[in-house]
Amino acid sequence: MRQGRDTIDFAEGAMTTMLVLKRLAAVVAAIMSVLAGSEAALAGMGQPSPWQLGFQQAATPVMENIVWFHDFLLWLIVAITIFVLILLLIIFVRFNARSNPTPSKTTHNTLLEVAWTLIPVIILVAIAVPSFKLLFLQTVIPQADVIVKATGKQWYWSYSYPDSKFEFDSLMLQDKDRKPDQPRLLAVDNEMVVPVNKVVRVQVIAADVIHAFAVPSFGIKIDAVPGRLNETWFKATREGVYYGQCSELCGRDHAFMPIAVRVVSEREYAAWLDQAKKKYATDDSQPATTLVAAK
Amino acid sequence: MATTAHGAHDGHAAHEEHHTPSGWRRFVYSTNHKDIGTMYLVFALVSGVVGGLLSVGMRIELQEPGMQIFASAHTFNVFVTAHGLIMVFFMIMPALIGGFGNWFVPLMIGAPDMAFPRMNNISFWLLPAALALLVTSLFVEGPPGELGVGGGWTVYAPLSTSGHPGPAMDFGILALHLAGASSILGAINFITTIFNMRAPGMTLHKMPLFVWSELVTVFLLLLSLPVLAGAITMLLTDRNFGTTFFNAAGGGDPILFQHLFWFFGHPEVYILILPAFGVISQIVATFSKKPVFGYLGMAYAMVAIGGIGFVVWAHHMYTVGMNTGTQAYFIAATMVIAVPTGVKIFSWIATMWGGSIEFKTPMLWAVGLIFLFTVGGVTGVVLANAGVDRAMHDTYYVVAHFHYTMSLGATFGIFAAWYYWFPKISGYMYSETIGKLHFWLTFIGVNIVFFPQHFLGLAGMPRRIADYPDAFAGWNYVSSIGSYVSALGVVVFFYGVVHAFVRKEKAAANPWGAGATTLEWTLSSPPPFHQFNELPRIK
Repeated sequence: MRQGRDTIDFAEGAMTTMLVLKRLAAVVAAIMSVLAGSEAALAGMGQPSPWQLGFQQAATPVMENIVWFHDFLLWLIVAITIFVLILLLIIFVRFNARSNPTPSKTTHNTLLEVAWTLIPVIILVAIAVPSFKLLFLQTVIPQADVIVKATGKQWYWSYSYPDSKFEFDSLMLQDKDRKPDQPRLLAVDNEMVVPVNKVVRVQVIAADVIHAFAVPSFGIKIDAVPGRLNETWFKATREGVYYGQCSELCGRDHAFMPIAVRVVSEREYAAWLDQAKKKYATDDSQPATTLVAAK
Repeated sequence: MATTAHGAHDGHAAHEEHHTPSGWRRFVYSTNHKDIGTMYLVFALVSGVVGGLLSVGMRIELQEPGMQIFASAHTFNVFVTAHGLIMVFFMIMPALIGGFGNWFVPLMIGAPDMAFPRMNNISFWLLPAALALLVTSLFVEGPPGELGVGGGWTVYAPLSTSGHPGPAMDFGILALHLAGASSILGAINFITTIFNMRAPGMTLHKMPLFVWSELVTVFLLLLSLPVLAGAITMLLTDRNFGTTFFNAAGGGDPILFQHLFWFFGHPEVYILILPAFGVISQIVATFSKKPVFGYLGMAYAMVAIGGIGFVVWAHHMYTVGMNTGTQAYFIAATMVIAVPTGVKIFSWIATMWGGSIEFKTPMLWAVGLIFLFTVGGVTGVVLANAGVDRAMHDTYYVVAHFHYTMSLGATFGIFAAWYYWFPKISGYMYSETIGKLHFWLTFIGVNIVFFPQHFLGLAGMPRRIADYPDAFAGWNYVSSIGSYVSALGVVVFFYGVVHAFVRKEKAAANPWGAGATTLEWTLSSPPPFHQFNELPRIK
């Protein structure tokens, strides 16, 4: 008898759940379209916008994939969270002491227990498939057209173009040196310049403590570790300037060592390369980067 | 007194003539699990205030772009570090394990005290010593020309070695050693107590789920803390004795520190939440007036979470330059933990389903935890995927995730336990009105602090920065307002505590009714100095 009553409770609960879910789905869809759409990042590409809700606009195929995968996950987790919320709301309304003076004695339901173990497993497998695809896309580096080596130092970056034998430092612009259209804490004196639609292999290392090289709109982030040469890659599909910030606590001015990548046409890149070779030529008597010796 | 052949009865009358200790000796020399538990709780409250003030200080700085109240960004980093270490080691752990664990594990299993009452004493007193060392670190040199440790609670090398040549980091290391020793000794105590001192008839499968949660937690402590101790000792020798464990120029590897730290660090986060899970099980059952749904599933879900928690540590390290296959393994293993966690969430809901629920203050905190831990848990599933973690690592998305699980998970568990057991501990009833006001102020406040941080993280705001690009100003302002609301909640909490002690409304042995079925509710409020001189028999 008790079992029958509980079964009816569950069926009623399920129907109430469906009705409320439908209503909520409309609200959620509205929020999602704001979050999911890359158009949420309005003001500047390659940098955050005020009151931004989602990712910066993707400028590489990897970031597009990250955005897609995150949207997929977001739908899933919002649905799960709302499902739990609805159950709790139903409980609040139907099973408070006044509405339900006699508590049931149910402590088991094998079907339910199996379901809430197996269904999450299935969901997790469904997540894992695109997850691994994205992982391989990021970590398997295609044939590179340009190689840049970024060295993290306290508290700035140095960019070396090994094929062209020059290196320069990239420091955050102080307010007095910054033009009005250059974003505070992001703009630098010498940007990393790369050609558009070319695979750029970025080799990253540090000279002192651990830093991290990150450009959100490229979807890349890799730690700069002293004594370890890490690698990542990107292929920027749009010209423009793209900013990132050091992403591993590295001491006092961790917040003040940004990364700026200027993506230009092939022709502009060739011209810049010529100029840079003259301007930043490394003195061959010095090594391009120095590691801090053990004390 | 000496003969034991007659068991519990005989020495009974003789023991009653011993005076309960009084004055400062009662506490400094205490071998009583209830007094020691009380000291842990008071210590946790004080540390929580300190840790909370640090966080409000950070939010004041971050309310607007630019540097407002911190002369040096390093000092901000010191606040970040101290806030994390104090909340984890000196607030959550002492409250949930030292405080509520010491108080209620013996009571719930029908034991007169812990297995090693004197070792219990030193477990507690190591903590004020550890905190004193940590506070000292704030006032001595860290990096050249600056005071304090600014390496985050994770203190990665080489920032924590060559980056902090002054003694501050050494003080920090010694502080962690003492705190770690305190917990390891406590773990030995709890394991021995739970395995050997359950009352006749109380099999492991009849123990309350809070006791299960403490048992799993202390096993995690026992196995993970020695690895932290090794890691920070290696920092100490790199810093002072010429070793190069974490120095590439000497043949070492900075990443080794991260592996050692997180091998401890990941079980640590389950150490922080599992006792809260145990508290929730007790409270949900009590206020629903139903036993917990699926007891064995709940117990073994905790065992699974604890066990799997040992083999997922590198999901904190996806961006160090890790091999693809290794990242793939950690993605899969990390996601597996969602399964037992889901079992627990759904089992609590199923416990409430069909119940006759009184939404008193402890139940509000419990339901709040169930919902908010779900939010924190699902962002954890997102972060488990290395591909998307590439974009979220070291951003405010991670800060939001762990604060939802810790500030809105573990801390809600602490407050839930506080209101549930305060009548038992103190003998007085708290005011429901003040308790509910505390809950709502906190619930609203912490959600305003941490929900917008998801947006900041997605937009690319890094963590551990004292100043940020102007575009992040909007949500940072909102987040800071939330911290002031939460701080007000803390003030209301303390007012409520004082109010209860002033009003002195006596609490019954069981203020919660038929749903409270564990042994502590059979004792007076507060319990006698010694209980269960005659062991209860469990059917």
